[in-house]
Amino acid sequence: MSVAAVTRREARLWLAQRASAAVLAVCVLVHLVLIIYAVRGGLTAAEILGRTRGSVAWLTFYLLFVAAVAVHAPIGVRTILREMTDWRGRSLDHAAVLFGAVLAAFGARAVWGLFR
Amino acid sequence: MTGPIDASSLAVKVWRGREDGAYQRFTVPRRANQTVLDVVTWIQRHLDATLAYRFACRVGMCGSCAMMVNGQPRWTCRTHVAKVAKDDALTLAPLDNLPVIKDLATDMTGFFDKWQRAGGRFMPREQPPADFAFVPPQTRERRAVDAGIECIGCGVCYAACDIVRWNPEYLGPAALNRAWTLVNDVRDGAGAGRLSLVAGDAGCHACHSQESCREYCPQHLNPTAAIAGLKRATAMATIKGRL
Repeated sequence: MSVAAVTRREARLWLAQRASAAVLAVCVLVHLVLIIYAVRGGLTAAEILGRTRGSVAWLTFYLLFVAAVAVHAPIGVRTILREMTDWRGRSLDHAAVLFGAVLAAFGARAVWGLFR
Repeated sequence: MTGPIDASSLAVKVWRGREDGAYQRFTVPRRANQTVLDVVTWIQRHLDATLAYRFACRVGMCGSCAMMVNGQPRWTCRTHVAKVAKDDALTLAPLDNLPVIKDLATDMTGFFDKWQRAGGRFMPREQPPADFAFVPPQTRERRAVDAGIECIGCGVCYAACDIVRWNPEYLGPAALNRAWTLVNDVRDGAGAGRLSLVAGDAGCHACHSQESCREYCPQHLNPTAAIAGLKRATAMATIKGRL
C-alpha cells in the first residue's frame, strides 16, 4: 500500500471513530438515563422485556448503539496497541476487524434477545 | 569544585556525558535576576570548561538554549533561577526525546528533519502572482497563522510531548504547528498535498490533545490547537475525497 493510501485510510479511520463517538455520546447518555430510570422505578426484568419486545424503536436505537460501538472500539484498541506495543501491519488490522465483528455479533444477539 | 553551601549559593546537578552519563554536582553563587543559562555559563567559565551546552542570543529569540530544568523543558535564558529552584537546588539535563551529543547539548537533526517531512516549507503556486498578496489581518486564515507563527524552534514542546516519547515517527507539535501556519497561508500552493503529509499515524491523528506542548511553550503558542485544526482540515479533505 502506498504512503498516500495509508494516509487516506488512517484519516478515514479517524473520521469514522469521531463520527461513531458522536453517536455514542447520545446513545450512552440515553442508555444511562434508562438504567437509572429502570432501577429507581423498580422495574423487573419481565417488565423491561414487556416494553422492549416488539418495539421497533428500541430495536433501532440499540442496533445503532451496537453499530457505533463495533466501529468505535476496534479503531481505538488498534491505536492503543500501536502506541503501547510493537504490533503493526495487516495482522493487527485483521485482529481489529475481528474484534469489531465479535462486538457487533454479541451486541446484535443481545439486542435481538430484547426484541423478540 | 564544590564549596560550602550557604544561603547565597545554589546546588546544581548537571548531566554529563551521553545517554549513559551521570549527574555531576556543582556549587554556584546566587545572583540577583540570575537565569538558568547564567548558572550553566558560570559553571562552564569558572568550574569546568569541558561542559557542553548550546546558546546564542540569550534573549529568547534563537531557541537554542532549551534544556530540562528540574525535569521540565524550559528556555534557560529566560528562566529565572528564583522561579524554578527548589530549596536552592537545580537539576539540569539535556532536552528529552532527543539524542544527547554531550552533556546538555542534544542532536536536533531529527527534530528539524520532521519539519521538512511535515511539509514545513512555503510552496509557491505554479503561476507567480501578478501582484503582492493582500492578506487582511482580521481574516480567519491570517489569525490562525498569527497564532502559530512566532515559534522559535526551541524543541521545548517536542521534549514535553508524550506522543513523541511513545512514537518516534510522530512529527511532533512544532512541525505540525508550522504545517498549520502554511495550510492557512493563502499564498501557499501545496493544498491537499500538504495535508497528506501531516495526516495519519505519524501526524496530527496521533495527537491525544494532552496539551503539554501548550503548557510548556515559552512563546505561549498552542500547538494542540494547530494540530486540532489539521485534524479538522484533513477530515474535510477526506470527506471531499481530496486527501
